[in-house]
Amino acid sequence: MSDLIDLTAAAAAERIRAGELDPTDLYDAYLERARNDGLNAFTWLADAAPAADGRRERPLAGVPLAVKDLFCTQDVPSQSGSKILEGYRPPYTATVVSNLFAAGATLLGKTNQDEFAMGSSNENSAYGPVLNPWDRARVPGGSSGGSAAAVAAGLAPWALGTDTGGSIRQPAALCGIVGLKPTYGACSRYGMIAFASSLDQAGPLTRDVSDAALLLRHMIGQDPHDSTSVAFPGEIATPSAADLRGIRLGVPEELVGDEGGVEPGVRASFEAALATARELGASVETCHLPHAPHALSAYYLIAPAECSANLARFDGVRYGLRVNGERDIGSMYGATRGSGFGPEVKRRIMLGTYALSSGYYDAYYGTAQKVRTRISEDFNAAFERFDFIVTPTSPWTAFELGSKTADPLAMYLNDFCTVPMSLAGIPAISIPSGLSDGLPVGFQLAGPAFSESRLLDAAYALEQAIGFDSSEARR
Amino acid sequence: MLDRDQVLHVARLARLELTEDELARMASELSKVLDHIEKIGELDLTGVPPTSHVIDIAAPLRADEPTTSLPAEVALAQAPEPVAGGFGVPSPGAAE
Repeated sequence: MSDLIDLTAAAAAERIRAGELDPTDLYDAYLERARNDGLNAFTWLADAAPAADGRRERPLAGVPLAVKDLFCTQDVPSQSGSKILEGYRPPYTATVVSNLFAAGATLLGKTNQDEFAMGSSNENSAYGPVLNPWDRARVPGGSSGGSAAAVAAGLAPWALGTDTGGSIRQPAALCGIVGLKPTYGACSRYGMIAFASSLDQAGPLTRDVSDAALLLRHMIGQDPHDSTSVAFPGEIATPSAADLRGIRLGVPEELVGDEGGVEPGVRASFEAALATARELGASVETCHLPHAPHALSAYYLIAPAECSANLARFDGVRYGLRVNGERDIGSMYGATRGSGFGPEVKRRIMLGTYALSSGYYDAYYGTAQKVRTRISEDFNAAFERFDFIVTPTSPWTAFELGSKTADPLAMYLNDFCTVPMSLAGIPAISIPSGLSDGLPVGFQLAGPAFSESRLLDAAYALEQAIGFDSSEARR
Repeated sequence: MLDRDQVLHVARLARLELTEDELARMASELSKVLDHIEKIGELDLTGVPPTSHVIDIAAPLRADEPTTSLPAEVALAQAPEPVAGGFGVPSPGAAE
């Protein structure tokens, strides 16, 4: 049984196709572990393995998949970590999930998350916090914390997450796994319960880089249901690079210098990974993203502004919670939303509504959109000289539950190194670079739009050389 | 920076009923976040175009052909108050 759990998803799929492994045995092994989940990683689990139905011959061969709660899955609870959607079972399935089912994936369960994907610790879930399998007194990161913890702990072979400002990469870093945010538009957003539409992007959380490439390959594609989705140029290749010869890595002074507040243990692991990259033949040089220090401010205007509009749909009329007020329909709206949303969601709706309100729009939202232009220009200039920009994924390792909840601003600083790429819409991957005091550290590589195959290749070469051992978290 | 009345005004715009405790906490928390965010006002952004969509694509068009949509009974299946094929709501009350 434990042998099955130690297989990567790609290796398991290969064995199934070769007739050496029964997909039901694999599914049952994970289902049993997920049922005994002591991390609160899942909010819903399937009853039993689905019938084989010819999946065996398909690329994903029936390998089970954990799906972040905010992906609509037909007739299965899809609550986005919120009380306002408690018990909601959508009448349709998100395109990315349908694509993966068509490729042969099976649904294992839905994973816990920060409410509406707003958070960096998974402590904002209405269904309780998720625990980090490396140290259960600590957070798994967020907002895809359940997906990251489930994969790290071997409760699922791989998982789907979403990233708006770092919500795939940061929990992947804190849990010692691989997380990839694709280029904006690579994956359809149809059926993802929206947070910030110009930033939200689905992506894989996996045990290694090869699994991330395999899952992403079957996620991407233009979708008539999402006008911002694009036809991905080319295929996602299986990564195979043996070295980094000729690869130029840029280390942005503005993110990795003193201003970023990178912990010493994280910095040491980052420097060691850079040394490994050099040994593999890469060149490593300091570079500049002059507007990157302002990315966090721009992000915390744009994302709340978009969320305040997107979350207007939760009004107690068509689905979800209704709380009748004392008077008319207006008091029903206020009472429903006041009772259904948690504190962080309320904060962001308020921040966004304020930033969009009459007299403040230009100073806040308009300015943030201009900063966004500058940030994209900074990356474009950097990519003329460098293949990839590299940073620590998170300035910190996993922190203790409750240690940052009292100060929302301190929590937001967690996203310092991940939001610039989100604002620029470019792909970025986090891979484990090692441990600091027994806790995983994430190494982030970002590339130009649609460079996923090259990015995965570079991450693969680095991953093979680093040789991170993730087995401890699965015990 | 933000006072209770301003917070109350924004909460009304957002259709969000907040308790007295929440109003007070929101005023101090939002002020702190806004203080940090306002630093972007110091940048010279004269002549910089805003970015609302990060990938440069034209709005795709499809043929204008009718397709089926969600059946009414499915759309209503999870409504808190389905009424005669529609969504029931409390009285709209007096015009504001």
